[in-house]
Amino acid sequence: MNDTAANHPADDALILEVAEQIVAALNLEMAPADIEAEAPLYGEGLGLDSIDILEVALVLSKRYGFSLRADNEDNVKIFASLRSLTDYVATHRTK
Amino acid sequence: MDRLPLLTHPHDDSVIAWRGGAPVTRRRFLAHARAVAEGFPAGTHILNACSDRYHFALTLAAGMMTGRINLMPSTYTPEAVRHMAAFAPDAFVVSEGNDALAAALPHSPFPDLAGIDTHDAPPVPALPPEQAIAWVFTSGSTGTPVPHLKTWGKLVANTRAAARQLGLAERAQGAFSLLGTVPPQHMYGFESTILLALQGGGAFGADRAFFPSEIAAQLAALPRPRLLVTTPHHLRTVLRADEAMPPADLLLSATAPLDEDLAGAAEAAFGGPLLEIYGSTETGQIATRRTAAGEPWQLFPDIRLEDRDAATWALGGHIEQPVPLGDRIELTGPGRFRLVGRNADLINIAGKRSSLAYLDRQLQAIDGVEDGAFHLPDESGREITRLAAFVVAPGLTAAQIVAALRTRIDPLFLPRPLVLLDRLPRNATGKLPRDVRARLLAETPGPEESDTP
Repeated sequence: MNDTAANHPADDALILEVAEQIVAALNLEMAPADIEAEAPLYGEGLGLDSIDILEVALVLSKRYGFSLRADNEDNVKIFASLRSLTDYVATHRTK
Repeated sequence: MDRLPLLTHPHDDSVIAWRGGAPVTRRRFLAHARAVAEGFPAGTHILNACSDRYHFALTLAAGMMTGRINLMPSTYTPEAVRHMAAFAPDAFVVSEGNDALAAALPHSPFPDLAGIDTHDAPPVPALPPEQAIAWVFTSGSTGTPVPHLKTWGKLVANTRAAARQLGLAERAQGAFSLLGTVPPQHMYGFESTILLALQGGGAFGADRAFFPSEIAAQLAALPRPRLLVTTPHHLRTVLRADEAMPPADLLLSATAPLDEDLAGAAEAAFGGPLLEIYGSTETGQIATRRTAAGEPWQLFPDIRLEDRDAATWALGGHIEQPVPLGDRIELTGPGRFRLVGRNADLINIAGKRSSLAYLDRQLQAIDGVEDGAFHLPDESGREITRLAAFVVAPGLTAAQIVAALRTRIDPLFLPRPLVLLDRLPRNATGKLPRDVRARLLAETPGPEESDTP
């Protein structure tokens, strides 16, 4: 269903849901709840690289019905942390 | 020997690149390149870290016009950049951002192109064939990157041979456009997006094509005939994305083996033939095949393969000196071959190559690590396989070891998982055979069962 809202804050339930999908998509050796909402996803922190980012983008876009395009959105900003990524999902989801 | 032109576009108005939907002409490109060259510092070696493909091409051309040489490391870790600084003390980094790379080398920010007069362009530069264009580095199995010099004559010969082998002249009647998903800093991206456009009279798309929807949009915006220059990894992602893809007149894939099914699915999705390219940093591109048709590889006309002491060597044509190949090869006819396996020590993850011996040495060199070994699990379906590592390091955490590795090896090779053990079960000769490593990995508890003894 279409429940997009301009300023949908990422609530804890959605943060955990996105974390679960990251852990499953990448076979990470950690529990979803252990991913810190503010910790960087790239490089240091969770240590994701560009292959992981593509994989996560693919899984999330299928689950939430949006296409990631970086034409005017800064990738690094979207993937800065679990919270920023979940914010993006909350604002752009169509399902 | 005759000089060879930097580019083969016939007119001032020939299109050389597409940016934001607008064509960039030869005149504009050369005027921009001259302006970029004027802003360079004194050094003769350039670490071209521009992320925008147009900026990369301008920096390359500006360097060529002024006799400078590009440094092309196989990875951009702090360790690799320090090595570049040691290799060429006068080197400087050119990039758009405030680059982390600038820590080890002087930084020359890419200039603002606005306000450059592009009406009066310099003539097309022609370079002697022996002019040094680039030092490309392979991650040597000894741990020190090994430099390979690329001269203009050999690069041009290789690029023109590739264009003929790909049938570009017949397919494109002299003008084509291409979209690359591989960075120009990678040898394949350098050859098949930058040099192929410059020497084939084509135009490259310079806008980012990373996510599947970007690839679709950027490709659709380019005039036909158009090529998509990509890798098995990107093709896999695109095909899983359920997005309609615009037609491509030719698909190229390299960096890692592509299976027949994926090649067939890609041909169906883009409605064009897919040619796989075989090559390496040392040899350049030496063979192609129509993968979906199950064809064997076809060597470029002047290249020969010879079996010598348990390896197949490539020589002739544009190859500077005979090179042993990392693959085990079976010759099936004149100029035709099949790959029948890889040297067990060599690994390839998403197109980046390294060797287990090299990675093991990097791990063992970390302060506090007493013993360590990497392991590449068997491929599993359509996902990228990641390395595992087993480490003996009393007093260090897995996170500390990964942080230390991050400064030494390409992030793609960072282990998942990194398993801490009290000792490694090496055999009498000090080896840790592959089956033992596989068993160690199988015995590693997953994250949910970490409380089991």
